Amino acid sequence: MSVFSALLARDLRLALRQSADSLTVVAFFAIATVLFPFGVGPEANILARISGGVLWVTALLAALLSLDRVFTVDYEDGTLDQLVLSGAPLPLVVIAKVLAHWLTTGLALIIVSPLLAITLHLPMEGYAPLLLALFLGTPTVSLIGAVGAALVLGTRRGGVLLALLVLPLYIPVLIFGTAAVESAVTGISSDGPLLVLGGLAVLALTLCPWATSAALRQAVE
Amino acid sequence: MTGETNLSQTTTAGSFSGAGLACRRGGRLVFTGLNFKLTAGGALVLRGPNGSGKTTLLRVMAGLTPSAAGTMSWNDKVIDDPDAHARNLRLITHLDAIKPALTVSENLSFWMTLWNKPDDQRLQKALQAFDLSRLASYPARLLSAGQRHRLALARLLVAPAPLWLLDEPGNALDTASRDALARAILAHRAAGGMVIVASHEATFVSDGETLDLGLFTPKTVVHWSDDESVEAAE
Amino acid sequence: MHRFANPTQFMRIANAIFPWAAGLAVVLFVFGLPIALITSPADYQQGDTVRILYLHVPAAIMAELIYYAMAAGSAAFLIWRHPMANLVAKASAPMGAMFTALCLICGMLWGEPMWGTFWVWDARLTSTLIMFFFYLGYLALGDAFEDPERGDRASAILALVGVVNVPIIKFSVNWWNTLHQPASLSLTKSNMTGDMLLPLFLMLGAYSFFYLAVLIIRVRSELLAAKIRNARMSQIAGHEAAQPAE
Repeated sequence: MSVFSALLARDLRLALRQSADSLTVVAFFAIATVLFPFGVGPEANILARISGGVLWVTALLAALLSLDRVFTVDYEDGTLDQLVLSGAPLPLVVIAKVLAHWLTTGLALIIVSPLLAITLHLPMEGYAPLLLALFLGTPTVSLIGAVGAALVLGTRRGGVLLALLVLPLYIPVLIFGTAAVESAVTGISSDGPLLVLGGLAVLALTLCPWATSAALRQAVE
Repeated sequence: MTGETNLSQTTTAGSFSGAGLACRRGGRLVFTGLNFKLTAGGALVLRGPNGSGKTTLLRVMAGLTPSAAGTMSWNDKVIDDPDAHARNLRLITHLDAIKPALTVSENLSFWMTLWNKPDDQRLQKALQAFDLSRLASYPARLLSAGQRHRLALARLLVAPAPLWLLDEPGNALDTASRDALARAILAHRAAGGMVIVASHEATFVSDGETLDLGLFTPKTVVHWSDDESVEAAE
Repeated sequence: MHRFANPTQFMRIANAIFPWAAGLAVVLFVFGLPIALITSPADYQQGDTVRILYLHVPAAIMAELIYYAMAAGSAAFLIWRHPMANLVAKASAPMGAMFTALCLICGMLWGEPMWGTFWVWDARLTSTLIMFFFYLGYLALGDAFEDPERGDRASAILALVGVVNVPIIKFSVNWWNTLHQPASLSLTKSNMTGDMLLPLFLMLGAYSFFYLAVLIIRVRSELLAAKIRNARMSQIAGHEAAQPAE
């Protein structure tokens, strides 16, 4: 467990020292969301209708942008070699890295999402489900993204390739995340979609670290 | 430097050997039929022209790159768990794994905690051994190439491991630092540790055995069917 | 299984199969296409439009089956390190992408007269579109590495990640579809009659043997490419080794 806590502490410390990185992701989230009123017009009822989906799509894209860096830096400076040689189970190393990533970006996205929801006129009933859905869904986003980020290590066009690999896999999270918000707004219980999001998170937590480890091992070969 | 013997004490000294090793990189057989054996306190120098697979062999020995054929043994037992093997070794490559945003001592203590347990006294001794004490609180991004390399080498001393795998450790080092490395290696071996160095120079291990990788380069053009025989032997 | 792991053995078997596969594919296309497109009876509801389905439905089946074949090959490659299994997976991917594209195009052409629009977010069409992106991702990743062997392992892992996600995505898309369009006309709701099954199976057979024949050609050329790469690499290595050591 010392590997887990040491790595988590180091990554959090690094994120804190380079907090501009996290802020950039949040700023991207904001600007991408703000583009939509320009695209579809400022009518409150149209924006309210699409607000849940817009926030989810932009959150996914923001998370994706930051995921590109999860392993790249460690891969390029040789840290990844040493982490594979740490003697600890590699999935545990992966979980520590993903948790650090989620704490520094996923959580930041969740915190600013209500502010952005205001600008999109999200109805009052939508806020709680939006936050809950993001809370349950973003860990899955980080876990799946880690698989992709590990797979594209050493490729010529990492970032764009990562998007192509990972975005199709985000569709279930997007469907149920948006559904949770929309159900609540239309007066239906959002328990169902939230439950599925939780299930997806558990599934991702059990499978993704293994796939990521396999990808990291072949990356350092 | 009386503390050094103390620093590099090993827990499981024994032997490390490989038999019939072969490795393929990018579809090419780099070396084949390679044997080596190292016992407690021993040293091995890897030599050979560029492309003969010195770095590759070190990565095979570390368990990062799988060999296409052959086996490696630790204390005469075949290595089948790469994680258990990894706990017995330290690998130093030209990639220094240093985070520029962390200070020198933070960089070092991270690896110390990862491998062992926090121990401030040990950390100070490791810094001292490579003349980094006065830089301890500086962010690593301020270090010169040579200082960065010394910081990477200091990792060898923060947590004990019987096997050191060093890839061109002399690069970017001044004379004083080379001496420090030579002293560290000497102390490590005196305590029963093993060292494998890929290097053009013999300054670090004067009495070590030499393995010339040029001898194991496949002479003939390798066809697909020849590759298959390598895999069949696995 | 080990018999197939050896390229020489594999190619011996594949070369024996190849004339049969290619021949059957030609025969089935020659007989099947006219039956499917001209002589089979028109549907009482869909009219002649139903003929598009004889191309569309088998393509959908092939798209999915080839993805599973690709995942199986990738699993065999990762677990037993059989290079041939990987070659089969790699050679299958472009074929799978082609059948998926064919399925999508036929589906759109069928949708225009039936639904009055080229694209409807029907659950099946949407799933197929996502499958198409899976294929594109697999092809793009395999091609993105300087060292071809690196790409092999990475794409094999990706194929397995994809196959785990196929049922999840299908479930999600179905759920999403019923949420938003409770009553859409599905491609398979129309009743199948015996007259329709014949062209359907003829085309499925034609597609399958076509896949098999092209697969063998592709694996063969991959083997040759690897041979050339090896020869070239050892030439470079031999040249280097001839230089005096420093």
